Amino acid sequence: MSFESDLNRLEEIAAALDRADLSLDESLALFEEGIARLRAASDALAKAEGRVTMLVEQADGALKERDAGN
Amino acid sequence: MTARRGGSPQRGTTPSLFDGGEAAGTSARALVRDAAPGETAETALTIADLTQTAKAILEGAMPPLWIRGEVSNFTAHRNGHWYFTLKDATAAISCVVWARDASRIPAMPDEGMQVMAHGQLSVYAARGQMQFMVRALEAEGEGLWRKAFEATRARLEKDGLLDPARKKPIPRFPTRVAVVTSPDGAALHDITSVIARRNPTVDIIVVPAAVQGESAPASIVAALERVARWRGADVVIIGRGGGSREDLWAFNDEAVARAIAACPLPTISAVGHEVDVTIADLVADLRAATPSAAAEAAVPVLADIVAGIAMLRATMIAGVQRRGTIARRDLRRMASDLSIRARRSVERRRARVQQVAGRIDALSPLNTLARGYAVARDAQGHALGSATAFTPGQPFSLVLRDGQVGATVTSVHPGALPTAKGAAR
Repeated sequence: MSFESDLNRLEEIAAALDRADLSLDESLALFEEGIARLRAASDALAKAEGRVTMLVEQADGALKERDAGN
Repeated sequence: MTARRGGSPQRGTTPSLFDGGEAAGTSARALVRDAAPGETAETALTIADLTQTAKAILEGAMPPLWIRGEVSNFTAHRNGHWYFTLKDATAAISCVVWARDASRIPAMPDEGMQVMAHGQLSVYAARGQMQFMVRALEAEGEGLWRKAFEATRARLEKDGLLDPARKKPIPRFPTRVAVVTSPDGAALHDITSVIARRNPTVDIIVVPAAVQGESAPASIVAALERVARWRGADVVIIGRGGGSREDLWAFNDEAVARAIAACPLPTISAVGHEVDVTIADLVADLRAATPSAAAEAAVPVLADIVAGIAMLRATMIAGVQRRGTIARRDLRRMASDLSIRARRSVERRRARVQQVAGRIDALSPLNTLARGYAVARDAQGHALGSATAFTPGQPFSLVLRDGQVGATVTSVHPGALPTAKGAAR
């Protein structure tokens, strides 16, 4: 799951829970899923600094990221 | 038409016949002792010598310069060279643009267009004509650039590439941003510093490309093709810093536009300054006015994301708690409903029991006992209602109003009892 889809799904879940027109079972299941995605999104933000790399094409045509060195 | 060949400009060549003859042809040198070339019938010049001399004089006397006039009789030859006449009210001059130079001019001029041409005045020997060799061509009001721009735009529009419906949404929370630009340009510096400031967790992948000069379009197209093949980013920024119209021209290139349109990842164009709208801007999924603006459009501020996540969390918790409260309230209501029903049900039953009890009371033999009668019952408690049920010596009991009495049968005398009816007979 990407950060983007986690956050998009979280917004759906929050909106659904906010409407409160769900059954108790449904809202508890959504809440559980929401908490898992919250954790995933928070973990993603807590990871190390982003890197700056350079996309280079190798002799065999394969594309590799190489440290840009800044 | 016969191929017109003007020859390449021989800039710096000194006029050959009027400087002592050192650089002149052999025949001219032989004659120089007696008479100047062309001075007598015997020293008559060849036409080639004449035109060569005229050419050398013209080119030596006039450096490359700008001229202005109206375009007429424009012809683009199959070999890539352009031929036309520049004229005004009283004069005209033949012009040629060699294919190499023509490729750098954004568009062919229109018939009657007012243009400024930069080039070298020369002589076209084969025809003995004066000719202006154009190296650069500009129209009033950037007309050629606009013409090229509009022509490219029309072709892309015809192919549906400018349709707003085909624009891909830009992801709201990218974690990896690819940047197609020069690895040592100002644009990359601007983009990386804006992204680092807004959200330092975002990865930046530089996809190097030349963004200026004749190789730029092919280089940008190749970079975009690499991105398309690789797909390892959430969004692609394509751009460069501001510059002259010529500097930015790669971003008006049709092949570049088509490569942007074909990119499977969402694209943000970021070319030059605010005022410069390019073809790339029209084709990209989002247009940013500058590279910095592109970085801002692509990457939200980390603190805002964190705050947004906290808010989502609070909304979720509040929502589920509210749902829980509703559930508890429902449960209490159901419990109280249930107990009311249970109480009613018990009361209904009790009333029924009392009713039945009343009826039973009314029928009870105890009432008869109360009037002084007795019931005989055997040891098992069965009522003994007939003389035939008794045998002498059998123990039985008598149930009376206020107790029981044990008894034993001493004799049995079956027979009808006297009745009131019988007595009345």
